[in-house]
Amino acid sequence: MKGFVGKLLLGGLLGLAVVAGTGSAADEKAKDEPWPKLSKVLFGDRTIKEDAGDVLTLEAPVRAEDAAVVPIAIRTRLEQTPEKYIRKIYLVIDKNPSPVGVVFTLTPDSGKADLETRVRIEEYTHVRAIAETNDGSLFMATKFVKASGGCSAPAGKDLEAAMARLGKMKFRVDKEVAYNQPNQAQLMISHPNISGLAMDQVTRLYAPPHFVRRIDVSYAGKTILTAEVDFTISENPNFRFYFVPRGEGELKAEVVDTNDLRFETSVALRGAPGS
Amino acid sequence: MGARVRAELWAGVLWSLAFAAVAAEPLPVSAVAEGVYVHWGAQEDSSPRNLGDIANLGFVVGERCVAVIDTGGTAEVGRRLRAAVRQVTPLPVCYVINTHVHPDHIFGNGAFEAESPTFVGHVKLPQAMAARGSTYLHALERDFGDAARGTKVIAPGTVVMDEAQLDLGGRVLKLRAWPTAHTDNDLTVYDVRTGTLFLSDLLFVERIPVVDGSLKGWLALHPRILALEPARVVPGHGMVKGSLGGALAAQEQYLSTLQLEVRAAIGKGWTLRQAVDRVGTPERRNWLLWDSFHKRNVTAAYAELEWED
Repeated sequence: MKGFVGKLLLGGLLGLAVVAGTGSAADEKAKDEPWPKLSKVLFGDRTIKEDAGDVLTLEAPVRAEDAAVVPIAIRTRLEQTPEKYIRKIYLVIDKNPSPVGVVFTLTPDSGKADLETRVRIEEYTHVRAIAETNDGSLFMATKFVKASGGCSAPAGKDLEAAMARLGKMKFRVDKEVAYNQPNQAQLMISHPNISGLAMDQVTRLYAPPHFVRRIDVSYAGKTILTAEVDFTISENPNFRFYFVPRGEGELKAEVVDTNDLRFETSVALRGAPGS
Repeated sequence: MGARVRAELWAGVLWSLAFAAVAAEPLPVSAVAEGVYVHWGAQEDSSPRNLGDIANLGFVVGERCVAVIDTGGTAEVGRRLRAAVRQVTPLPVCYVINTHVHPDHIFGNGAFEAESPTFVGHVKLPQAMAARGSTYLHALERDFGDAARGTKVIAPGTVVMDEAQLDLGGRVLKLRAWPTAHTDNDLTVYDVRTGTLFLSDLLFVERIPVVDGSLKGWLALHPRILALEPARVVPGHGMVKGSLGGALAAQEQYLSTLQLEVRAAIGKGWTLRQAVDRVGTPERRNWLLWDSFHKRNVTAAYAELEWED
């Protein structure tokens, strides 16, 4: 049910943004800024603390060098403890066709809510990370990213190669972990993440959307990270995150895409000597 | 009035109409071989000032008709290219060949529509145009304003899967569709009569190469391109002043350095961002427009190479 609500929310915002995002150069002006509307839909009238550098910062390049692969990093200052932790991080890209394409859910077992991923950006836009702590407070960090020029586009580079490798997954993590503290891991998913927004010029038909929509990561059976995502995420979705191992266990990722294809991968981990 | 006379009259009327429509200032072109003309694009970023006239464009004149090879970055550049064709010959343009999807090569297509040519491209060009065309057009309208007017995406009516030949009347062009390299829809054009090979963006000279397909795929094509032993080549950007081998070696130096350093960065556990900030500075002095495209190339290389092993 929760996933369904998430999907509805993303779907609704997608419609809103398509309307808001089709303006031309002249309307870079405030009246067309989508954020007030987005904020209202996502958070109602709740207070959002802006420039919340004491809670989180956002790293994004000044210019999207490659519109298809823009690295984004969220750095947080809070330790994830059962008493106080960041439970959600929304990544909002105001002018993207789907501005709220990435919502992370975190737990105390994440250890540290730092996240890195790669997104598609085709327009001059604000990029925002909004953290929600377990007491319901909201904190935001914002960056402005210039669109890339020239021949850069948010589409992939070799659809055939991406399709051939669809569903292949890989963890990059030290096989020997340090117990009871945050360890970093990287999850790579091979998937074309097709938006469904590209129209064939000859047939006038749209290629059907086919993208990863949900990722669940657990360690030793406990949830570390959940991500509700869409084609905002670059082809071959890629995430770096932290987790806290309390003992030997299996780091596992389960992925579902819009065609209800399911993929999973796991890696068995144990403590480094002395940990 | 006999049918033939009527047809000739009509041809005359159409010819003057066509000429009237071509009021544009002709692009300067060089005859690089008999019947083979090239316009050398500016070695600059695409901008309203140069109207997106940054890629090398060409045309080959047969006895029956003309084939145009790439059309420039805006409808206006296409109109000027068409005017340049008209200065050389009254023969109709029967083929417009797009060597790949990038906007500086395809956005002049619309200028030739009135002559009803067959638009020709790689079998993957329609898909690439579908995925990128609206983005390119939107970016052009955003950055060029009025100078973008009339520019549109025209997809190929004929696609090349592997190899194909076009007959211009007593003159044959051999087209070859390549596996993913600069893009996933690179097409080269070889004029048999003069041995002229339009390599387009499989070869950059002086201007930094852009990796928008596969770095490994591109490097793998270098020996195959060299083995074609053409009498002369027309790169997508810049002019070959020495040998093809020399030009390819310079490109290879950049691409293989990029590959080596990005692989090392991934091996060291650098993030994409770290790699983008640190990789590849020794090659910097060898290339124009480094700041516009090198970081992008590192990004593309990283995303490709991290799936190795």
